[in-house]
Amino acid sequence: MRDLFKKKTIKVINIGLKGFYEDLKSQGVEAVHVDWKPPLGGKKSLELLEALKNVKVDVEEANKKVIEIMLSAQPTLVGMAQAKDVVPGMKKNLILHAGPPIEWERMSGPLRGAVIGGLIYEGMAKNEEEAIELVKSGEIEFDPWHHHDGVGPMAGVATYSMPVFIIENKTYGVRAYCTMNEGLGKVLRYGAYSQEVIDRLKWMEEVLYPVLKEAIEIKGEINLKNIIAQALQMGDECHNRNRAATSLFFREIAPAIIETSFSNKDKKRVLEFIHSNDHFFLNLSMPAMKSTVLPAEGTEGSTIVTVMARNGTDFGIRIAGLPGEWFVGPAQMVEGLLFPGFTPEDANPDIGDSTITETGGIGGFAMAAAPAIVKFVGGSVDEAIETTKKMYEITDAENDTYKIPFLNFRGTPTGINIVKVVEKGILPRINTGIAHKEPGVGQVGAGLTYPPMNIFVDALERFVEKYS
Amino acid sequence: MVHTVVRKNAYYDSVTLMLATDEVKAIDGVEEALVGMATDTNKEFLKDLGMMSKEAEEAGPNDLLIVVKGREGILDEVLKVVDNFLKGGEEEKKKEEVASSLDSALEMMPDADLVLISIAGEYAGKEAMKAVDKGLHVMLFSDNVALEEEIEVKKKAIEKGLLVMGPDCGTAIINGVPLAFANVVRRGKVGIVAASGTGSQEVSSIVSNLGEGISQLIGTGGRDVKKDVGGLMFLEGIKWLSEDDGTEVIVLISKPPAPEVVEKAVKLVKESGKKAVVHFINGEVKDEDLVVGKTLEDTAIKAVLLAQGKEIEKDEYSYYEIAGGRDLESMVKEQLEKIEEGKYIRGLYSGGTLADEAMVLFSKEMGCVWSPSPIDEKCKLENINESRENTVVDMGEDEFTKGRPHPMIDFTMRKERLIKEYMDPEVAIIILDVVLGYGSHMDPASEIAEAVNEARKKYGKYKLVVANILGTKDDPQGYDKQWKTLEDAGVVVFPSNATAVKFALEVWKGLRS
Repeated sequence: MRDLFKKKTIKVINIGLKGFYEDLKSQGVEAVHVDWKPPLGGKKSLELLEALKNVKVDVEEANKKVIEIMLSAQPTLVGMAQAKDVVPGMKKNLILHAGPPIEWERMSGPLRGAVIGGLIYEGMAKNEEEAIELVKSGEIEFDPWHHHDGVGPMAGVATYSMPVFIIENKTYGVRAYCTMNEGLGKVLRYGAYSQEVIDRLKWMEEVLYPVLKEAIEIKGEINLKNIIAQALQMGDECHNRNRAATSLFFREIAPAIIETSFSNKDKKRVLEFIHSNDHFFLNLSMPAMKSTVLPAEGTEGSTIVTVMARNGTDFGIRIAGLPGEWFVGPAQMVEGLLFPGFTPEDANPDIGDSTITETGGIGGFAMAAAPAIVKFVGGSVDEAIETTKKMYEITDAENDTYKIPFLNFRGTPTGINIVKVVEKGILPRINTGIAHKEPGVGQVGAGLTYPPMNIFVDALERFVEKYS
Repeated sequence: MVHTVVRKNAYYDSVTLMLATDEVKAIDGVEEALVGMATDTNKEFLKDLGMMSKEAEEAGPNDLLIVVKGREGILDEVLKVVDNFLKGGEEEKKKEEVASSLDSALEMMPDADLVLISIAGEYAGKEAMKAVDKGLHVMLFSDNVALEEEIEVKKKAIEKGLLVMGPDCGTAIINGVPLAFANVVRRGKVGIVAASGTGSQEVSSIVSNLGEGISQLIGTGGRDVKKDVGGLMFLEGIKWLSEDDGTEVIVLISKPPAPEVVEKAVKLVKESGKKAVVHFINGEVKDEDLVVGKTLEDTAIKAVLLAQGKEIEKDEYSYYEIAGGRDLESMVKEQLEKIEEGKYIRGLYSGGTLADEAMVLFSKEMGCVWSPSPIDEKCKLENINESRENTVVDMGEDEFTKGRPHPMIDFTMRKERLIKEYMDPEVAIIILDVVLGYGSHMDPASEIAEAVNEARKKYGKYKLVVANILGTKDDPQGYDKQWKTLEDAGVVVFPSNATAVKFALEVWKGLRS
């Protein structure tokens, strides 16, 4: 009590006018400045945060439970199959896509392109015109991958016959799914549907898939958590950089591929395909993260984010304590670097389910682990480290497996808490590719973006309403 | 034409190369460019751009391609830019200690003592509550904090043995550290509890200038001493100083508090067993045993005398009696000879308490002193921008500062007003304050001098400009330099507000005799 005056000096935290901090520093007073931001949504949020104190659930306890679920996950590649055989609710006339639900009329260029490509791939349409006609006839149903325990990068389109990885979270016995990565350039996930795209998809179904499927059977289950943990220490953040993880996966699977019953020519092409695609592992890191958060969905009273996803038009999130509900706002433009020959006008707004990586505690949140791609976040390693550090502000845990060498092996920021996002006015940082806005062109760059801020306030409002 | 350079086995990551491409494209005379590894993807791009060549075709994924479409001879410049860019390893900037929230600030400084909050009032109360919850003392510089929040956070703080200074607390000095708007004073035996920011700056500076020092200066914010808050922190502050071994003299400064707060405060001061000076600007304290300051200056002088173990012999002291100094009488005479026009006085203040003090002293002789917040409501100025007869304005009031920085920081408004008043034929005297110390403008005297020079040049006639410098020799602006700058501009300068006011008043009276 009242012992402050017994000290020799004082140490000060300054929140607000920076001049006061500078005055203190100039006098040699120990001080920390807080770059304070008002809560998202301003005054309304203050009321929500106040109301949150009176909800009928123990939010902190619920969030602890979710964190425990996320940290104890064991995502494991257990096999492969075609979507029709394993993906819950999959049917011939159903097209799965990235992001929150959306109807054809509101779909962005790349998503439309991927839908067209998917229908051509399935043999349901011969060309663009037929595909669009088919869609407009109402025969085709659309649904987010997230409604079917899976994820898809960029447009994220998956159809009936497409092969998928099966990832099982061994701790909780739940499974998540994702198609295989096609590589860069003109690919379906960026809305390209030319003949070469369809041919590659067919090759993936007819050669890549059976070879890999058999190889996994020979090799046995592959623990993805270990690979991701190692890759983070090798310069990946497993969203925009998957080079190390792809190499680690290659090392695991190559001997088994050799052992498969296929021709040397096929095996060689499969090995070459994986080797030449730095993002091959993205389609494993994403379902690994999906299987990590999946068991947390529906945890009563939790404010932790379980899904962040974009469809090129909308950005949607889901919250553990609000199962089945989407909170949606406009997908943002991506600030970043463009490939030669493209301009910002060519870019489509943010798209894809790959934000499941940030949701799970890697990707943009592990930026400090990936100095090779720091240029995306503005140029310097320092800024990458700041990016990661900032994310600790809005997450509830530090990962016990995914660690960052640069930060003295501090665990990655894990478990986005919407309360913290709203209160501190700090949005999750997202690393992502940039799709061309016209269908059929493909990737035009990569960069950095944020979710729209309203979705966090909306989710909090609904949370307070539900639990009051 | 297309220039192609292939560098064998020179690997750079694609992101760096994309940035390098941007740099190259920005060069005047470059139409299109690609700096990248010779991967299949990049070769595709080259083909699409019509920039493919045999050399590029033959290069492999470990070779660096620099391909540029542009005028002849541009390549040298391009290569210079590329090399410079790829060199990398920029020197690290010196880092500041910046956190994103109170939580992370505490991680960086787990043993922090105090949080200084100056964010918008609607959020400041909540942030203060967080700080108190974490066991931190608070100085709330922000105003517009809700009354209920103020009461709640102060009650909680008192329970936990913490100080919450403010809201709307501009000045505090804790353990010798000036916070927000405060002067660099000597440390000493005089402890201050103040509900008035500039009032406490004036008193602490004069105490320091007279050779004594300040143990602690606890600000409370003006609303604390009113009925609703009931002096929660004002009274708590007295308790703190009572217990503080470093404090021998307790000084209380406030605009008139609620009567019950006065009563409790007086009781606490007496119980403390310490010497005390009380100054409730224009407010009466009827207590025989208590030393009452008549002005801020007088309060400071009495505190100094008490701290030095001397007797209080006079009812009211002035600065020059103690510090020695000038012959005011002849100075008044000189001014009366010089002033060419007018008979009224205009006060342009940046410190609210200083303006109040001026009004109190003036009104004893002048009757109505017009102001946006006058002593007598009948003398309320209709339009804050139009003075009449004798007028004093506090330009730090909300009506003036809406959307603008405080006049202690930004002199634009005060300079304009000064020139306008000077050019009013009815005006003979302009009085103002120049506040030094942390938080304030780094060269206020030059700002005022500029306006005075301009006014005199424009108008041509001599009028008296009087200024009080509030500050100490150790303030970052340089006391002597500020003084000289003002004097050079023909401003009559005083080291205290009350003396400046009294001088101006003598001249005013002289103009009428």
